[in-house]
Amino acid sequence: MLKQYSFEETAVQTFDDKTSLAMKTENLQVFYGANHAMHDADLAFPKNQITALIGASGSGKSTYLRSLNRMNDGIATVTGKIWYHNVDINEPTVNIYEIRRHIGMVFQRPNPFAKSIRENIVYALRANGLKNKAELEERVEKSLRGAALWDEVKDSLDKSALSLSGGQQQRLCIARSIAMEPDVLLLDEPCSALDPISTVKVEETLLELQKKYSIIIVTHNMQQAARVSSQCAFFHLGHVMEYTPTGTMFSNPQIPVTQDYIAGSFG
Amino acid sequence: MEQTNFQLKKQKSQSNDWSARLHHATRATREDWMGKGISYLCIGVIILVVASMLWFITSKGVATFTQNHVSLTKFLFGTNWAPDQGHIGALPMIVGSFAVTFAAAIVATPFAVGTAIFMTEISPNKGRKLLQPVIELLVGIPSVVYGFIGLAVVVPFMRHVVGGSGFGIISATFVLFVMVLPTIMSMTVDSLRAVPRHFKEASLALGATRWQTVSRVILRSATPGILTAVIFGMARAFGEALAVQMVIGNAAIMPKNLISPASTLTSQLTTGIGDTIDGTLPNNALWSLALILLLMSLFFNALVRVIAKRGQLKHER
Repeated sequence: MLKQYSFEETAVQTFDDKTSLAMKTENLQVFYGANHAMHDADLAFPKNQITALIGASGSGKSTYLRSLNRMNDGIATVTGKIWYHNVDINEPTVNIYEIRRHIGMVFQRPNPFAKSIRENIVYALRANGLKNKAELEERVEKSLRGAALWDEVKDSLDKSALSLSGGQQQRLCIARSIAMEPDVLLLDEPCSALDPISTVKVEETLLELQKKYSIIIVTHNMQQAARVSSQCAFFHLGHVMEYTPTGTMFSNPQIPVTQDYIAGSFG
Repeated sequence: MEQTNFQLKKQKSQSNDWSARLHHATRATREDWMGKGISYLCIGVIILVVASMLWFITSKGVATFTQNHVSLTKFLFGTNWAPDQGHIGALPMIVGSFAVTFAAAIVATPFAVGTAIFMTEISPNKGRKLLQPVIELLVGIPSVVYGFIGLAVVVPFMRHVVGGSGFGIISATFVLFVMVLPTIMSMTVDSLRAVPRHFKEASLALGATRWQTVSRVILRSATPGILTAVIFGMARAFGEALAVQMVIGNAAIMPKNLISPASTLTSQLTTGIGDTIDGTLPNNALWSLALILLLMSLFFNALVRVIAKRGQLKHER
């Protein structure tokens, strides 16, 4: 039986006007039919930093993440505001395809297409009208380098992506996303299906990528959050309980629920 | 748990000979034997039935060539079908069968795939609920009813629109189109639904539109399944006798165009089967037609297997 924690007692940081933000949500609520899965999420994500969303299963962190690039369209009802370049992208009139080009996503399970490694990357570029062969080749190399996969696959770009290992597949998925040159990269537990060595490689890749992109990562793994993120938000039963710099979160959690979660004496 | 302990205790008290105790048959082992026996018996009966059918059709079908000494080339490539006078050129029927089969498949596939996409991607809840019973209904209608509608509606329509008698390959194609549609449609729906959801999500998350996702990811990875569906539809069209017989005109002559009376292997079989005497050339010739049908259905089955294997290879990790 879970301990009862008050949802009133929260500690959520805000940023002053000087901090440039990649994205921000206001009163974000998500409903799966009658099920209220996410309550009043007010989070702001600084540019060129990695923000980790942590919490137990079913705490709403993946649900929240999927709302940010409108992947919940047709699955759940999302209300509230999602600010991106001063535009509320939760409005129905917004072009969701355009949003997803700027806000890329990598999923929990590596999900490359059953195509060659090269095709996996050029698929979305072609879908966006990029035809020039030389430029496509250039983007393939650039994005594979960005995802630290180039050296491992440069001689086998025409091999099926499904012949890669899990960790390579996941880095291919990251490469596929950054080939679109997005602003923001959303990662939904990208390492939960990977072994420790592949995990380290993906984490190193992310630390490198934050120079160019703003990254929001959902993770089950608190050590991972501590290793890679600058900001950290803790979700509990569909509420954002605490949002602080990662150092503070792990050394000096502000409220009881976070203290218990970090200490592992949850429930 | 407790019961097992109890049984073990009981057995222990009976004997201290471990070898005897661990080798003797219990109720469980006897049940195993019985179950095995029953399933082997069923399999044996089925194998016997299938093998004897194959043997029967083959031996009868081959009699034309072994007993009546008709040459195989004459049978396969001759265009004169008059078994009473000793002419058995089956080419008109072979051509007729292939013509209606391919024409029906070509016409039906776009409709079937379009509907299947609607049911799986565009309106998976409402549309599916509405269309699923329609497909089941189309499957359930007996072929004689299709033939009857063909005879009463399609044939006069064709007569009116394109002229001639109205009987012919085009009418048969039209009737078969409706008959193979549910087969292709429902199997295509299955193969589209089997496309992993994460392919779709990956594509959408990259900013691809719904149309791009459907055409380049979903249809692509469902292609082996769709091909299988089309082949099953063709197998059905190839084997359909009654409905085709009612609208094709049943003239055992080389079809010159789509609107002149023609015949297929199956329609010729049903037309001629009552008029021949066992053991005579006309009767043996019909068996030879049946043999071609059998070989073709084996061929369709083999094709499906090849495609399934290719599809698996493509998705192998």
